[in-house]
Amino acid sequence: MSLVNFTTREITCKIVYYGPGRSGKTTNLHYVYGRVPEARRGRMVSLATQTDRTLFFDFLPIDLGQISGFSTRFQLYTVPGQVYYNATRRLVLQGADGVVFVADSQARQLDENIESLQNLQSNLLELGVDVRTLPVVLQYNKQDLPRELILQAADLDDALNFRGVPSFAADALHGKGVFETLKGISELVLKRLAAGSAI
Amino acid sequence: MTAALNPKFTFETLVVGAANQLAVTAGRTVTENPGSAYNPLFIYGGSGLGKTHLLMAIGQAAQKLAPTLNIEYLTLDEYVEAFHAAVAAGQGDLFRRRFQNVDVLLVDDVQFLTNRKEMQAELLRLTEALQTAGHQIVLTSDRPPVEIADLDERLITRFSGGLVVDMGVPDYETRVAILRRRAEERGSRFQPGVLETVAGAEFQNVRELLGALNRLIAYQAVNDTFLNAAGAKQLLGISTMAPDVEAAAARAASGDEFGAFLEDVTVTVGKAVEAWRARVGEAILRWEGEGYRTHRLEALLQQEAPGAVDAVIAAFAKDVERLRALETQVAALDPQAAGQSVFRDPERLAEARELAASVESGVAPPPGPSAAFPLAAFAVGQSNQVAVSAVRAALERPGKQYNPLVLTGKSGLGKTHLLHAMGLGLAQKRGAVVACLSTQDFVDELIAAIDGNRMDWWRARYRRATALLLDDIHLIAEKERTQEELFNLFNVLQDRERQLVFTAPTHPKTLEGVEERIRSRLEGGLVVELGEPDRVVRRAVLERLLAQQEVPFDETLLEYLADRPADSVRSLSAMLQRVMTAAAAQDAPMSAGLARDVLEGQQPVVTGRRSGAVRTSGIVVSSLGGIRSREKMVWEWPDIVDRMLEELR
Repeated sequence: MSLVNFTTREITCKIVYYGPGRSGKTTNLHYVYGRVPEARRGRMVSLATQTDRTLFFDFLPIDLGQISGFSTRFQLYTVPGQVYYNATRRLVLQGADGVVFVADSQARQLDENIESLQNLQSNLLELGVDVRTLPVVLQYNKQDLPRELILQAADLDDALNFRGVPSFAADALHGKGVFETLKGISELVLKRLAAGSAI
Repeated sequence: MTAALNPKFTFETLVVGAANQLAVTAGRTVTENPGSAYNPLFIYGGSGLGKTHLLMAIGQAAQKLAPTLNIEYLTLDEYVEAFHAAVAAGQGDLFRRRFQNVDVLLVDDVQFLTNRKEMQAELLRLTEALQTAGHQIVLTSDRPPVEIADLDERLITRFSGGLVVDMGVPDYETRVAILRRRAEERGSRFQPGVLETVAGAEFQNVRELLGALNRLIAYQAVNDTFLNAAGAKQLLGISTMAPDVEAAAARAASGDEFGAFLEDVTVTVGKAVEAWRARVGEAILRWEGEGYRTHRLEALLQQEAPGAVDAVIAAFAKDVERLRALETQVAALDPQAAGQSVFRDPERLAEARELAASVESGVAPPPGPSAAFPLAAFAVGQSNQVAVSAVRAALERPGKQYNPLVLTGKSGLGKTHLLHAMGLGLAQKRGAVVACLSTQDFVDELIAAIDGNRMDWWRARYRRATALLLDDIHLIAEKERTQEELFNLFNVLQDRERQLVFTAPTHPKTLEGVEERIRSRLEGGLVVELGEPDRVVRRAVLERLLAQQEVPFDETLLEYLADRPADSVRSLSAMLQRVMTAAAAQDAPMSAGLARDVLEGQQPVVTGRRSGAVRTSGIVVSSLGGIRSREKMVWEWPDIVDRMLEELR
């Protein structure tokens, strides 16, 4: 998938929200959806189970309009978090220009976070993507929960962010940190243009 | 009449952004190669966007690079005024001449040509004259040439024939940069966000922008307080001017996160996308301006996804450097070959390399000195001491001490030997290319070059030389073309402090048939005379000759022969030859007695054929003309058998 098409003057960014089940990936997308003017957003496709768990994936296209002469589109995807949907996850991950890893800040979820992160790495490896060059940011979600239940951003950094990528504390339900995260990953993805190394 | 260039308007003070980058780069290119890159350069853009600034910057930078250039800046109105004044004073021709001698003509605001048929004709004439003479013209206007109403079709094509570039309204970042720089220049300080607020307002041009800044500065100075962003907005009435900014601010306040996000992405995309395009565009402009083909870079712009843009540009620049090096290399050898288009196309680097190699191998260095004449073998005595020490001194500091060095003296005194010895000494220096040959050969080569239409090649060949040594320079007499070429070559080499050595039978001023300009140049260095060999020289030469012949001899023979008068080394050789021939004929050993018999005539030498006084070794050894350089080789023949064969013929 081409990130920048100079012939048609289009920029398309595919950003995948990854993370363990119930960490708040879909919530992120919902918040973004709620803030994008109607004319700018496509229909959000959400295939969910009865209990609102993502079954297949969420898809939110955003049209940013003409930027520097390029019609710019963002496509936001989420993957199903549950362990047994790995094939779907890999499918969604294919061709991603950037990944937002949404971690659950709850202390008792730390193992799930680590497991999911490892799953991300192995899936990327199988897709032949170099983890070191793919833009990735971390989001520590649910920071609004009582302090005694969660790990602080600094602790999570120690536990998860061994590559030293940008990380954001967030409360996706209320929107805190959602756009910061999106901005963070967009910048990383778009900066690869400047380096002239588009995928 | 002509406005002076404002020293504040330089390239350094010009803030470059995406909107004016092309124009500035073109301006810089023109500055570096006035008259050759883009001629004329036509810059257009709205009022207050920096056209005049750029125009003056071009003028000042060009002046800085080449202080001797005649640079004239004026607005079209001034030009018209000057023309009318000149016509009124009846000095129209003087006016035309004045402008035709300008190397770089900068004309501002040519849009005022509208409805001025007479001025248009005048400007057309001037443009044509300047372009023909290779002088640079830069024009500015607030609109492109085709949009200047009522403009002569010929002027339009002429203006469009060079490069037409526009200067746009600076983008937000550039506006901030301009404001910051200007505020710094004015020594004013602002609270954070104030300048950004001003930049965010949509002013139509830089002048208005700076006007707004001035109002802020004045306000702060009068009230002695720092304005904040809101205060600045209120002061400048921005809210009514720029609804977009207002809306953006409102959005941010009301939590329009998407709007803020969009703005951020816009900035990032702008930087990312335009940055590489601008870099490629700039590179194309630059190399094209220098006359190189830029297919590779243009192809880059067509590409769907840019590869490693910077690497491609760098590789391209490197190739151009290589081409340049090859071109200089070839130019030194063969200026005609250096002009070929292959040196202008980085895609044909391999071809250029091949061409350079072929030129390299095709150009033989000029004839060098003969190894048969080392300085060590030169017999030194009182008679030639001055000449030898002059040669040694010149060898120590070639080109600086005695330049040119002229060795004079009769034939057979060792001028050629000394010349070649000097050539050998000079050739030992690193990178030395010593041209050492007889004047006759020099003339012959020149004729061959003229015949083969290779004069440039011939000239380059000799101009490469780090030293030029010509034997028997008097043979140049009456050879006008050779004198002409030698004169030029002489000047080139002397300018570069390259050693020049000549030999002549007499002092240069007595040489006939040689142009005065060459004679005087020959005299300009050091002229030393080689005298008839004294006894020390005679003895040394005889000893060497006898040793070379490998015949047994005794001291008395050597002493006797050395005592005999001889007017040249060559006659010494001839004398020895006679003795040896006699000894061989009589089958007697060489001795002083035999020598006395032979030389003092008590026993005339065998054949009548060789009884002539000057006929000694079967060939004419004359000191009175003839092609001496050829004869000179004869007495150096080491083998007596060769000599006998020659005699028998």
